[in-house]
Amino acid sequence: MIDYTQKIREIAARLLKEGTVDMVIGFRKGTVPMMNEPCFIRKPEEADRLVWDSHCGINLANYLYDRKEKIGVVAKGCDSRNIVTHIVENKIKREQVHVIGVPCTGMADKRRIGALSEKDGEIREVSEKEGRITVKGDSFTKTFEKKEVLQDNCTTCLHRNPVIHDEMIAEPVEEQTGIDPFEDVKRIEALSPEEKRAYFQGLVADCIRCYACRNACPLCYCPTCFVDESRPQWVGKSIDPTDTMTFHFLRAYHCAGRCTDCGACERACPVGIRVRQFTKKLNKDCVELFDWEAGLTLDERPPLDTYRPQDPNDFIK
Amino acid sequence: MTHIGIEPGRLQFSWISSAEATKFVDVVKDVTDAIRALGPNTHFVKTLPKVA
Repeated sequence: MIDYTQKIREIAARLLKEGTVDMVIGFRKGTVPMMNEPCFIRKPEEADRLVWDSHCGINLANYLYDRKEKIGVVAKGCDSRNIVTHIVENKIKREQVHVIGVPCTGMADKRRIGALSEKDGEIREVSEKEGRITVKGDSFTKTFEKKEVLQDNCTTCLHRNPVIHDEMIAEPVEEQTGIDPFEDVKRIEALSPEEKRAYFQGLVADCIRCYACRNACPLCYCPTCFVDESRPQWVGKSIDPTDTMTFHFLRAYHCAGRCTDCGACERACPVGIRVRQFTKKLNKDCVELFDWEAGLTLDERPPLDTYRPQDPNDFIK
Repeated sequence: MTHIGIEPGRLQFSWISSAEATKFVDVVKDVTDAIRALGPNTHFVKTLPKVA
C-alpha cells in the first residue's frame, strides 16, 4: 500500500508537469485516523500530499462532473464504474478524465474497527502493513487482519480492478470468486411482508435525515434533489417513520440500474444505517431481470433507458 | 415496494389505452376488489398531529 502512495505521487506529478491534466483528484490523510479525505492537486510539487491506504473509501467519481478542466482521478474498481456511469450519462466526456487505476483489495470499515476497540478508548493513530491494520490509542495497540474489518460492500465486491483506466499503478489484483453478493437480500426476500416492514423500519429508525448518504453518492447530482424540492413537496421533511422510509426507498429507486455498490452512502451515514439494503435489492433485480451490472461498459445503454422487446412485463395487467 | 413490506397486490400496474374504455372499467373493478379484500392500508400512512 505504501508503494501505491509513492506510485500515485509520481504519476500525479508527471501528469501535471507534462500538462496531460490540469488537476489530479486523490486522497490525503484526514485530520482524524481512518478518515482520508479527497484532495485536489493542481501543482506537481503538491503531489506529496497524496496518500493511499485502506481508508480511501470515499468515491472520488463524486467530484468529477460539472468541471471545465482536464482531470486526473485516482480510481478503485467501484470509482471507475461510477466514472463509466458518468460518461454514459453524459456528465463528463471520456477525454476529459485521465483515470489512474488502482487495483483494490477492499477498504477498511472504520465503524467495525471502532466497535472492536470501543472499550479501549479513542483511536489516535492507524498504520498498515502486509494485510494487517494496527490502531493505537492512548493506552492500547490493536492489530486486525484487514480481511476481517473490510467494509461490507468490499467483502462481496466482484470488480476490484478498475474497468477503465488510462494507466494502472500496479498489476491487477485477483478478483474474488465464489461469493454471492446478494445473500443478505435473499434473506430479506424470504421474510413475510410484516417482517420485511419491521426490518426496514428498524433499519431506518435512527435516521436523522441529514442526507449525507445522498451527498456522498456519485449518482446524486441533480441540481435540486427531490427531498429539497418544496413546490411540489414530494416527500415530507419530518422524521416521521413514513417520511423517512419514503426518502430511503425513493433514493434507492433513483439509483436503480446505476448503483455500483461502492458503499459511499453507508460510509457517510453518521448513525450507521445500512442504507445499501435498499439499493442492493434493485441491483439484484437488475442482474436477474436485465443481466445488468452498472458501470461495466461504455458501449451499452443502461436497462432503464432502453426498451427491449424481451423486457419482462408480467407485472403489467 | 414489496421488498420493503408493502403487501403483494396492493401495488398494481396496468397499461390502458385511451381507446380501451372497457379494459379501464375492468381494471378498476379488479383493483378495487383486490384492495378491498386486503382491507384498509395501515402502513406507510402518516398521521398528522391534530391541530385545534
